[in-house]
Amino acid sequence: MPSFVIQEKCDGCKGGEKTACMYICPNDLMVLDANAMKAYNQEPDQCWECFSCVKICPTQAIEVRGYSDFVPLGSSIMPMMGTEDVMWTCKFRNGVVKRFKFPIRTTPEGQANAYAALSGKDLESQLLSTEEADGRQLPKPKAVA
Amino acid sequence: MALPNKPAGELKADVNPAVEEREVDILIVGGGMAACGTAFEIKKWAADKKILLVDKAAMERSGAVAQGLSAINTYIGENAPDDYVRMVRNDLMGLVREDLIFDLGTHVDDSVHLFEEWGLPIWKKDEAGKNLDGKKGQKMGTLKSGAKPVRTGKWQIMINGESYKRIVAEAAKLALGTENILERVFIVELLLDKNVENQIAGAVGFSVRENKVYIIKAKTMMVACGGAVNIYMPRSQGEGKGRAWYPVWNAGSTYTMCMKVGAELSMMENRFTPARFKDGYGPVGAWFLLFKAKTLNGLGENFAASDAAKKELASYAPYGTAAITPTCLRNHLMLFEMKSGRGPIIMDTVSALDVLGKTMDKKELKHLESEAWEDFLDMTCGQANLWCATNTEPEKKNSEVMPTEPYLLGSHSGCCGMWVSGPDFDWVPASYKWGDKGKIYNRMTTVKGLFTSGDGVGCSGHKFSSGSHAEGRMVAKQMARYVRDHADFTPTLAKTKEELVAMVYKPVKTFYDNYALTTAVDINPNYIKPAGMAMRLMKATNEYGGGWATYYQTSSKNLEIIMEMLQTMREDCEKLGASDLHELMRAWEIYHRIWTVEAHLRHIQFRKETRYPGFYYQADYPGQDDKNWFCFTNSKYDPKTGEWSSFKRDYVKIIPD
Repeated sequence: MPSFVIQEKCDGCKGGEKTACMYICPNDLMVLDANAMKAYNQEPDQCWECFSCVKICPTQAIEVRGYSDFVPLGSSIMPMMGTEDVMWTCKFRNGVVKRFKFPIRTTPEGQANAYAALSGKDLESQLLSTEEADGRQLPKPKAVA
Repeated sequence: MALPNKPAGELKADVNPAVEEREVDILIVGGGMAACGTAFEIKKWAADKKILLVDKAAMERSGAVAQGLSAINTYIGENAPDDYVRMVRNDLMGLVREDLIFDLGTHVDDSVHLFEEWGLPIWKKDEAGKNLDGKKGQKMGTLKSGAKPVRTGKWQIMINGESYKRIVAEAAKLALGTENILERVFIVELLLDKNVENQIAGAVGFSVRENKVYIIKAKTMMVACGGAVNIYMPRSQGEGKGRAWYPVWNAGSTYTMCMKVGAELSMMENRFTPARFKDGYGPVGAWFLLFKAKTLNGLGENFAASDAAKKELASYAPYGTAAITPTCLRNHLMLFEMKSGRGPIIMDTVSALDVLGKTMDKKELKHLESEAWEDFLDMTCGQANLWCATNTEPEKKNSEVMPTEPYLLGSHSGCCGMWVSGPDFDWVPASYKWGDKGKIYNRMTTVKGLFTSGDGVGCSGHKFSSGSHAEGRMVAKQMARYVRDHADFTPTLAKTKEELVAMVYKPVKTFYDNYALTTAVDINPNYIKPAGMAMRLMKATNEYGGGWATYYQTSSKNLEIIMEMLQTMREDCEKLGASDLHELMRAWEIYHRIWTVEAHLRHIQFRKETRYPGFYYQADYPGQDDKNWFCFTNSKYDPKTGEWSSFKRDYVKIIPD
């Protein structure tokens, strides 16, 4: 189900420090044609349909068309990313439309606790740093305990 | 129209790339769940050391969790880690490293608690036992504070996991510091030390964004770059080649890079051939566990509950007769129906939702429908689109289920990988522990200083996302120890800078030296493009190596033939051609895939029984032969002589039945 870029909507993220879809694609498929200042999927048959490019595109220029091998035409699914939720619009071939909203995270982006100040003490034990801080005792298998 | 005889690709490769040399204490190769665990943990134990993480993609969406997940499959919670070992052992037909699995089971929940703290929404049960999604469930408190998760099975918990990887990567990057991370750099070969026997000393790779080769020296490293995908012909071979069940960018790099420096492999014959919704490869776990759906054969029969099925399962006792049927045997039953002409296999979503709906009000029913769709939208978006395109509303129309093409992995329902040391506990048998200079290093391969985790660790499946993260953290601590204990070691490379650059960029030179010969760059007698080589590999594995073409069956003669074909492929890999950086990545990926497949098939050749019916069949040795093969099968490639050896290792039972 390869991603495709709508020519009119894509501005190549000009002005930005990176082309968003090219930055994010886990399989290095999205590339920028620097002359046209537009991105495209350079190897559609290696697309995992992960929607990472669709979700990150600042101009909603990227969509996905089902693999020609087995997906009939006429449907679409589109995510709209918020800070706490994602809203999906799923359009059926027969015209049915379903909308779903799901939570994606419960904290503000960029503020995950990295426990930067935590310093492990006993390098010889098998305890992880946060386990050590919690005073955990690791269990033994019951058969040998 | 111009002749198609110019190098293609936006980022053209240059035969004379720049070179960047680095020297660090600790190198992390990979950026998925395991590597994110290492990145989070490492500075807590090695704050004063030089650390570098190298990811082929962008950590925010790299690895198997890039798309998201709808469940965390390993959360021990109220259960005992002993029972976790029993479950994994039974699913993998008896042969697992119980030390590794138990050890992991004691740490995995700590990672899940961190995920929740970082912002991953986890479903909860309310006081009345009703399900709350991860947002509403916050009022019940955190798992760590005692709130109850929504369990679909004994070990699985439901999440709203669209942004799972983004959240985990965010914490990893904050902990390690972006100045210690290289993204879009593909490590392709590991390097042994010139002076110290069997000691890792570095790695080489290249940027897929600029013409630059990286030569990185390190005292210790972890390699965790996932499993192997697109090694067997996928069922969809046009645009749909990318619709792999596991991430299509997993190229077997973990196994190949480690085996090429002599790391011992274990259980590489084990593979995972998941049964999934046909074509879209959407997950079936929630349908079985959460919605209690049944699969029917083409005649509408619940074949898995038939007397014939029970009899067949009994022949694989005690695994087949356990409360939960092992994954491979569930496939086995399905394949039996298909081969007998009683296919296709249908997931009866209609009846399942009808039964659930009888006890629910309208609002709850609406929520149930939403849960069914989220299961796909969180982790296999394309399956949701396939339902839309085929007008499939699961309450009105059933869907087909089918076994996919085979995959190699060590973290999901499979257990191939490296033979690694267990933890330094007195209850761990001596044959499972090793290290260096009198010390034991947990999760170290048989190469000194070389660690792995996640899909790289053999004999220890069912870690999934959370377990891989925890294992990466465990390795972080061991690498910190290793570096401290080897303070006087200075890594020295055997090959020169020029030799390494020439090796990494060989496909580029081959292409540019030869492309002008013909009028179209894709066809040239002096090189082969990676895409062509990929198809050659997948055709061969499908036909001879037990792909879906033969219902996953191979034989001694077939194996003999494909081993010769693989030898030729390896020779032809010397003539891979790449015109741009993306294609250079593809060239190295197919090279990695070919080596990994060879290891897989050498193991199948060595193990003269069929341990995992449903995943593969060795036709000359059907059935299990406990007398001769109730043991680990290991192999080793000798980097000095270029020779392979295959041998047995003893299984030790630690946890009684």
